[in-house]
Amino acid sequence: MLTKRVIVCLDVRNRMVTKGVKFEGNVDVGDPVEMGAQYSRDGADELVFYDITASAEKRAIDIEMVKDIAKHVFIPFSVGGGVRNLEDMYDVLLAGAEKVSLNSLAVLNPTIISDGAKAFGRQCMVLGLDAKFVGVSEKFPSGYEVVIQGGRKPMGLDAVKWAKHAEDLGIGEICVNSIDADGTKQGYELNITGQLAQILTVPVIASGGAGTPAHICDLFAKTQADAALIASMVHFGTYSVQQIKADMLKSGLPVRMQR
Amino acid sequence: MRVPLAIVDYEAGNLTSVLNAIQFMGLQGVVTKDPKVVARADRVIFPGVGAANASMAVLSTSGLGQAVKDAVAAGKPVLGICIGCQIILDHSEEDGGVDCLGILPGRAVRFHAEPGLKIPHMGWNQVEYAMPHPIFKGVEDRSDFYFVHSYHPLMQNHADVAAYCVYGKQRFASAIYRENLIATQFHLEKSGDVGLELLRNFCRWDGKPC
Repeated sequence: MLTKRVIVCLDVRNRMVTKGVKFEGNVDVGDPVEMGAQYSRDGADELVFYDITASAEKRAIDIEMVKDIAKHVFIPFSVGGGVRNLEDMYDVLLAGAEKVSLNSLAVLNPTIISDGAKAFGRQCMVLGLDAKFVGVSEKFPSGYEVVIQGGRKPMGLDAVKWAKHAEDLGIGEICVNSIDADGTKQGYELNITGQLAQILTVPVIASGGAGTPAHICDLFAKTQADAALIASMVHFGTYSVQQIKADMLKSGLPVRMQR
Repeated sequence: MRVPLAIVDYEAGNLTSVLNAIQFMGLQGVVTKDPKVVARADRVIFPGVGAANASMAVLSTSGLGQAVKDAVAAGKPVLGICIGCQIILDHSEEDGGVDCLGILPGRAVRFHAEPGLKIPHMGWNQVEYAMPHPIFKGVEDRSDFYFVHSYHPLMQNHADVAAYCVYGKQRFASAIYRENLIATQFHLEKSGDVGLELLRNFCRWDGKPC
């Protein structure tokens, strides 16, 4: 049986994994290659590395870092942040990443999805979708609007409509991040995640809001999501991936355990 | 000069990961597009992600397809991965159908649609051994391996199946073999420790199935 995936997300700035702490800005928590290898040993099913300053600095992703990760991490990992065009995607994949994650670029220029899927195969294209609750209306039937730039810029697009369109264009997977739940540690936004997992034929990854293993069990019990993205709950040592997976196993979910 | 291990580059996606995994274990390997290098190799890995059609076109024109056939015929240990596990069959249904290398009798067929079943089959799933192949040594039956594919091998002879996997209601061949040839639909190079163990076993294998 296909297992439910636990994906660890690492935000990288100047070659250091960094984590936002409320009111205190970001703190560096470690080396991306070492941390990636460590999470892989701890049982993570997949890793995501976001180069969080590449976009703002208008530069390409740190390719040397991607190459370095690929030499030490032998589970699938995706890379996002600062992907500007097909060449950037090619570089990231050739460096050894399994998948490329697109966010703002895809919203602003959706043809990048079809071009990328044609060039590299849809399985290596992940859409990061930031959704914000705006209430159900004629314009937003799902009740959620697509936002970019970390939630600062509303795009006037319904989240489900956009996801469906991205799927038609050839996206391979969709990672839905709730702007409202992000950082709250109160659990995933099950409403929009559930809607997307129900309607899409590609896998859905839930992101934003996880604070305890129970939140992850809850996500899989109440929605058809395929994967859960986690970050701070493991970065600060509150939980290990093994602990989370042990709880998932106890609640009857199909999960890959390290032997 | 002898080559301990050749990783065949037929422009079917990224081969960096396979080479990285080999080197991580302290083993030697070269990525090559040259059939002559494949001919000199002691053992051969035939990986690949991508589409069967494009892959076959490159294999035919480059002579690499023949080089892989020759390696199999010469009794060298040969490992196919993912597309490399499909293209050794007679035929693939992908892209409207394409004839493949015909080393093992069978076809690559698409998963049947099932309500709620997502295609591609992507993620970690249990590999059930059908026989005790030497490359499985030291790795428990039903361990999880990483899969990404929409097509899977459908073998003419059950005796050619080394392992199965179940996706939805469909039980498919996840590893196939005959004599010195073994091929896995799952990605050994992306399956963590168990994947590395199978790769290591392959690199030590003498090419005898039992």
